[in-house]
Amino acid sequence: MTPRPGDPVPDFTLPDTSGADVPLRSNGAAATVVVFTCNHCPYALAWHGRINAVAREYAERGVRTLQICPNDAERYPRDAPDAMRARVEAGEFAGPYLHDGSQEVARAWGARVTPDVFVVDAGGRLAYRGAPDADHGDESLAAAWLRAALDAVLAGEPMAEPLTEPVGCSVKWRR
Amino acid sequence: MTIELLYWEGCPSHPQALAQLREALADLGHPDAEVVLREVETEAEAAELGFCGSPTIRVDGADPVPPPPGEPTGLTCRVYQLADGRYSPTPDAGLLRDGLRRLIATVEERRR
Repeated sequence: MTPRPGDPVPDFTLPDTSGADVPLRSNGAAATVVVFTCNHCPYALAWHGRINAVAREYAERGVRTLQICPNDAERYPRDAPDAMRARVEAGEFAGPYLHDGSQEVARAWGARVTPDVFVVDAGGRLAYRGAPDADHGDESLAAAWLRAALDAVLAGEPMAEPLTEPVGCSVKWRR
Repeated sequence: MTIELLYWEGCPSHPQALAQLREALADLGHPDAEVVLREVETEAEAAELGFCGSPTIRVDGADPVPPPPGEPTGLTCRVYQLADGRYSPTPDAGLLRDGLRRLIATVEERRR
């Protein structure tokens, strides 16, 4: 069942593009951003720079960012591990890019589209779920909703808007 | 002249593309041009149509903003690149208008 704001989020460990297992939980993280994304979706690509700019900036404040590709790589070869690795090696990701080959993590989190953004507080509870900002086509928005969520979590304050509508390409489920 | 908007239901960008297409047609002096909406529902249909993703616009079968050569077909969202290099789920308005102008001129030339 999709976690709601305030709910504990489902745990996971997934491989990164080098094959190393990366757990959701990490001691000392002030917050964790989990983004279901992919290589072939124009919405994911349009928001990618903004999301990774936030990941770089907020890493200095103890925020981890885990990006996960959940798509069926057989039907969508551009989302296969080799293509993921190529992007990581090109320096396109500010943190680990994880492969959810079984799609079990995407199902457990209720991911619907790419990108689908979740912010988790230090206690492992969901603080925000939705889009990075209001318009994939307007870079000046700078992932403002994601930034607001992180600022609230880091300040220990309640979120004004803990849920927004995620916008993007549907997750490509296996048939 | 047949103007089509091919789309796949799994991608949310076709209403925006339709609005862009109608605006571009109006700019080019064809505000009442009919646009045929055509849903692509299966991978086989996508392959048969050479459908590289949703949305795809065609004028008598030709794409005003052609995909790169060798682009695979399939039920997916199409990745467009705007004139400034950014990625987008819909075509660049200027490139779309220029492409439509060229294709419509070709169709009209053929008729003469």
